[in-house]
Amino acid sequence: MELLSFGDTGWGDELFFATLMTIAVSIAAMAIGFIFALIFTPLKLSKNKTLNVIGNCYTTIIRGVPELLVIYLLFFGGTGAAMYVASIFGYDGYIEINAFITGALAIGIISGAYSTEVFRGAILSIDKGQFEASKVLGIKKYIQFYKIILPQMLRLSIPNLSNVWQITLKDTSLISVTGLVEIMRQSYIAAGSTRDPLFFYSVAAVLYLMLTFLSMKLINKLEIKYSKGY
Amino acid sequence: MISIFPGLLNGAVITLQLLVTSMFFGLIIGLIFAILRINKNPIINKFAYGYSYFFRGTPLLVQLYLIYYGLANIEFLRNSFFWVIIKEPYWCAIIAFSLNTGAYTSEILRSAFQTIKKGYIEAAQSLGVTKKITFYRIQLPIAIKQSLPAYGNEIILILKGTSLASVITIMDLMGEARKVNVLTFKPFEAFITAGIIYLFITFIIHNIIKYLEKKYRFQT
Repeated sequence: MELLSFGDTGWGDELFFATLMTIAVSIAAMAIGFIFALIFTPLKLSKNKTLNVIGNCYTTIIRGVPELLVIYLLFFGGTGAAMYVASIFGYDGYIEINAFITGALAIGIISGAYSTEVFRGAILSIDKGQFEASKVLGIKKYIQFYKIILPQMLRLSIPNLSNVWQITLKDTSLISVTGLVEIMRQSYIAAGSTRDPLFFYSVAAVLYLMLTFLSMKLINKLEIKYSKGY
Repeated sequence: MISIFPGLLNGAVITLQLLVTSMFFGLIIGLIFAILRINKNPIINKFAYGYSYFFRGTPLLVQLYLIYYGLANIEFLRNSFFWVIIKEPYWCAIIAFSLNTGAYTSEILRSAFQTIKKGYIEAAQSLGVTKKITFYRIQLPIAIKQSLPAYGNEIILILKGTSLASVITIMDLMGEARKVNVLTFKPFEAFITAGIIYLFITFIIHNIIKYLEKKYRFQT
């Protein structure tokens, strides 16, 4: 227990901040994922063949390739790509992209693919009559989307989004390979300097279990709140 | 570009080995824990639930590190027979992946067991079929058929999970891709080629499962 005390002698405060980092990366990744999902869901549902193929390629490729690969590609490839773009504008120095941004972007792309599938399923399960009714009433397409489809879509996708959140939360542990100090990286450092890996990885496991447990409780509350009246 | 291919293919063989071995052990573990989960004894039931909760609630990387770095820390394990297994990163990876997929498989099978119509079991009982035969001849085949689609997804998740083996020095497909990246400083070639190989394996698994689903479709 001494090892977990706060201050200079223990690892308590380091692990606490690492947990906050994990939460921050997960939320950022989830938000980026939403942006991707909101772009690709209409593509997947569109009647245009080309757009459809683009949407399907995104979800199929990302869900069929290991998460680690996406992270490595962005981490190693991202620096090169950024330096290449900078060299066009006449800057030849070394550019290092922030580990937080690369990590959140990589996990965001992955969680975006899952969110896209969730949103697609939710929209498909909305009664067709609603689309027709709003058309008959002469409601404009974008108002129809914002006022009728979006609220229902969000409500219907909460249970599945909670799964996506769990996946995202667990995937953030992979960012530790790029050196961002979140729970996994901090336990690795602590395990290395105290030579007690069993203890620190157990602590990491408990921290992740706590995060998944608490977020489950929160999401259940949200679900109850938003399913009122149904 | 072509010169990196043989190395990556060697890695792909290791990846497939990891996949098949952990699938095999995972199925056995999953089946055992699914049966424990539907047991009426609350202690056995809770134990099985705790197992699947732990392995589904923590990242695979934590589990892998716990087994690879953590178990080596326990004195009596180091002196026992198990050290032969635990000192090899390959077997550590297989233990971690099997336990992980076992937890998910047990959940898949459990839900399949629970959705079997009561009528089948009652019919078997009224015909005087023993409990054992009811389980092996009626419940188990139906459960396996019903859980095929979900299990197909799980296989793809294990395939993606095996890429973590590269973190503990195993030269699987991911490990080979990292080596190429380090040696040539060409991240795009290395990782995109590896990605295509992964996608190819995913594609084959997907089609095999689709074929099996069609062949063994269960009519209710």
